[in-house]
Amino acid sequence: MNKRSRWALPYFIFLVLFVALPLLLIVIYSFTDGAGHFSFANLTKFFSDGNSLSTFAVSIEVAIENTLLCILIGYPAAYILADKKLNPSAVTVVLFILPMWINALMRTLATAELFNMAGIPLGKGTLLFGMCYDYLPFMIYPIYNVLNKMDKSYAEAAQDLGATPGEVFRKVTLPLSLPGVWSGVMMVFMPTVSTFAISEFLTNNKIKLFGTIIQENINNSMWNYGAALSLIMLVIIGITTLFQGGKSEGEASGGVLI
Amino acid sequence: MKITTIAARAYIALVLILLYAPIVFIAVFSFTEAKSLGNWTGFSFTLYRNLFTGSLQNSSGLISAVNNTLLIALAAALISTVLGTLAAVGIHNLRGRKRQTMTFLNNIPLINPDIITGVSLFLLFVFLHISQGYFTVILAHVTFCTPYVVLSVLPKLSQINPDIYAAALDLGATPGQAMRKILIPMLRPNMISGFILAFTMSLDDFAVTFFTRGTIGLDTLSTYIYTDARKGGLTPELKPLMTIIFLLVLVVLLVINIRQSRQTEKIQK
Amino acid sequence: MPGKETIINIEGLSQFYGEKQVLHDINLYVRRGEFITLLGPSGCGKTTLLRLIAGFLQPTEGRILLDGKDISVLPPHKRPLNTVFQRYALFPHLDVYDNVAFGLKLAGVPEDEIQKRVKKMLKLVSMSDYESRNVDSLSGGQQQRVAIARALVNRPKVLLLDEPLSALDLKMRKDMQIELKEMHKKLGITFIYVTHDQEEALTLSDTIVVMNEGRIQQIGTPIDIYNEPVNAFVADFIGESNILKGRMMRDYRVAFIKHEFDCVDAGFGEDVTVDVVVRPEDIYFTNDPAKCQFKATVNSCTFKGVHYEMWVDTDTGYELMIQDYDPYPVGSEVMLYIDPDDIQVMKKERRANTYPAKVLGEGKVEFLDTEFSCDTSGFAEGEEVMATIRFEKVDLLDHEEEADLTGNVVFILYMGDHYHLTVKTETGENIWVDTNDIWDKGDFVGIKILPKDIKLSKPVAGNE
Repeated sequence: MNKRSRWALPYFIFLVLFVALPLLLIVIYSFTDGAGHFSFANLTKFFSDGNSLSTFAVSIEVAIENTLLCILIGYPAAYILADKKLNPSAVTVVLFILPMWINALMRTLATAELFNMAGIPLGKGTLLFGMCYDYLPFMIYPIYNVLNKMDKSYAEAAQDLGATPGEVFRKVTLPLSLPGVWSGVMMVFMPTVSTFAISEFLTNNKIKLFGTIIQENINNSMWNYGAALSLIMLVIIGITTLFQGGKSEGEASGGVLI
Repeated sequence: MKITTIAARAYIALVLILLYAPIVFIAVFSFTEAKSLGNWTGFSFTLYRNLFTGSLQNSSGLISAVNNTLLIALAAALISTVLGTLAAVGIHNLRGRKRQTMTFLNNIPLINPDIITGVSLFLLFVFLHISQGYFTVILAHVTFCTPYVVLSVLPKLSQINPDIYAAALDLGATPGQAMRKILIPMLRPNMISGFILAFTMSLDDFAVTFFTRGTIGLDTLSTYIYTDARKGGLTPELKPLMTIIFLLVLVVLLVINIRQSRQTEKIQK
Repeated sequence: MPGKETIINIEGLSQFYGEKQVLHDINLYVRRGEFITLLGPSGCGKTTLLRLIAGFLQPTEGRILLDGKDISVLPPHKRPLNTVFQRYALFPHLDVYDNVAFGLKLAGVPEDEIQKRVKKMLKLVSMSDYESRNVDSLSGGQQQRVAIARALVNRPKVLLLDEPLSALDLKMRKDMQIELKEMHKKLGITFIYVTHDQEEALTLSDTIVVMNEGRIQQIGTPIDIYNEPVNAFVADFIGESNILKGRMMRDYRVAFIKHEFDCVDAGFGEDVTVDVVVRPEDIYFTNDPAKCQFKATVNSCTFKGVHYEMWVDTDTGYELMIQDYDPYPVGSEVMLYIDPDDIQVMKKERRANTYPAKVLGEGKVEFLDTEFSCDTSGFAEGEEVMATIRFEKVDLLDHEEEADLTGNVVFILYMGDHYHLTVKTETGENIWVDTNDIWDKGDFVGIKILPKDIKLSKPVAGNE
């Protein structure tokens, strides 16, 4: 039996080479200068560069706003979808996943064009709404998944014990669905901070997000600085992952398929 | 019908309308000749005709981008499925610290935003002096696709009665035969869904491809659209292409879903 | 002794999982054509033994001989044995026919013969109409029949059955027991059957092997095992019993519950403490004062379907279980007697807890990996001694504070007026405890031994 544990070996080597080593390289490049000498210059540059810092702040702000917006719109949608009485057909769920099969850039361009037609100037507002379009399914699906699998007898037990429908939701359904919300947050927050093409299209390059400055630096061969910026993102990912802790098991990430 | 039900359905409908607005917008304007979106110059099938005859206004770039996208997605999904299934069987038989390490490493590409995966692999290829092109893009796609295959196959493995494998050996199968005749067929549905997931992830990718494609002019649909849009004018034939893709996916998904719900109904009866 | 009629011979088999020893030096032979059952509570090692025979595990020590040839080194697919698994382990992607034909196809049996044999076997298990059915659509009992057919169709030299009926409901289980027994008779194949259900073992087997904690406790026919259990564990595990402390006065005369009885046992010596087993159906009511051996008061009476189960308090303060077809009202005083034939006297396995110990210094001694205080006068520092603690002198606490060490209750015997517990310490040693307190199996307990209750003695050469 245990011999088959060796089957994980090729993938282990693959992961070390193409996941662990590249991340290590981000760290190494962050702490070296162009000539390969150890240096803090990249990080001090970031913390003394007003442009980078403000881009960073804007990115975090937009990401928080977008995540909240996605929860605000997505949670009720997921709740309704998971309720057999309100939504008897599974096809509706498919309709929510379907847009993800259309190229994200194409969808974004069309969204931007729609705003143009409607005469809405591209900027912060359009950026938020556009992002929300793009990431809403990623929020709805994990929440829907948790709600759908939730044992109905919890809610019934609460009702039996005298809880009003409002109390049932606040004290039973909502706390039990939080792991789904957390996976949704993971799937919306970091990608929002790091997008580059989407933000360019939605604001006509007026608002730069953190992803954009990483991309610009890498493309302009400023690898060390680009790596340092990536490292900062990695740190934030680390913190959010730790913060999220064991709340959900990476399960909902397979949310793209039916 | 109760008011809450009506309100709930109205809400769902509203969100769906918002979600589909851009797609419908693309679809509508695929039936006119105008170059830019939102400009209606009369009903026409010209863009569809161009797409199928290959006489595009710009170049053959779009066609080759579509080919590349499919080729890369197919290769990445195939490799990921084999690698991920093997890995899942291995991880399933691991215990304790080793298993935690594998699960942790496997989760990294899932949690990492595309741009981090892209940049880190870019640095790796630069560091190792590997010239970038098809090979590096496929390799990069395998990196972020395989975890999905692992996550598709792993839960099934823990559902399988461990005695099933023992039973095959007991009935005279060699370990190899037990694998081929029993385990693989039982895992097949999960391997297929892992494959589809990997294929879709690869199709949809932009950031990772962007950083690992090198400078040989390799374009996938995503990078093609990006460069196109930054140049100012989208290739108009993209609109019919997207419409066709959308309709295809819609039909496939609906067929799968209706069939599934019929099957569950049958079982329930 | 193993001879020509022996098909399987297990010699000195021991099995470790890491540090933990799950089988201790198992020696067992199985006669050709026999229906032998490995019986014991969960965790006793019976399934491990079966998996060793099947080849899913490699023995740490010892050999398994099949027809005189060592098969313990062969992988499972090369052993001419087949297994029926507890949860069937049918291949869900194959239909009933293909499941049964699986082994024959691998063996390269010609197609027409496969068809003949599969059909014949499906007929034997009354599943002929289900050939092309999906196995998931079958009921538990039907799946079990397919699993049996799938194993038997290969004509194994020995059929191994791992609790095959445990997932079925009671009615189905009873029906399948009869069918299994008939199949065994008809086919003449050796069956090795694993179960924790003593009733099933008594019904089906030619020979029962009772196991506990990785050791064989007793091997015998169902009747032997039931009527003459060799120790308290077997007596308690097989059927209902009253297990009591007794004293062999002389040959054919035993005292327990503070009364003396005639018995049929001899050879224990005079005035020796023993364990006595009396089955509840072997205690008789009588109205004849001449026959009456002792009196008792009925304190509960429950109808059990066929018989009544009554608990009585004897005039000497012991509690006994009695089964009878006629009920006696609670509170009534009754006269009772026991036939000499029905008193089973067993050598006492142990009289007190004894452990090898080491004197650490004045008033300090170490055993069970724990330091204890006690009177060490007469012993030098560093001396190897034996520490003895009487069962009733061990205190069990429901908390860890103040305890010398901790353990789990693994076995409980009711002895008529007190409980005899086996407590397994964290280092895997057993401490036996007599107590009036009620504990449950699996309880985590603190163990406390007072200094005055630890008696030290010189180790006796050759003993222990």
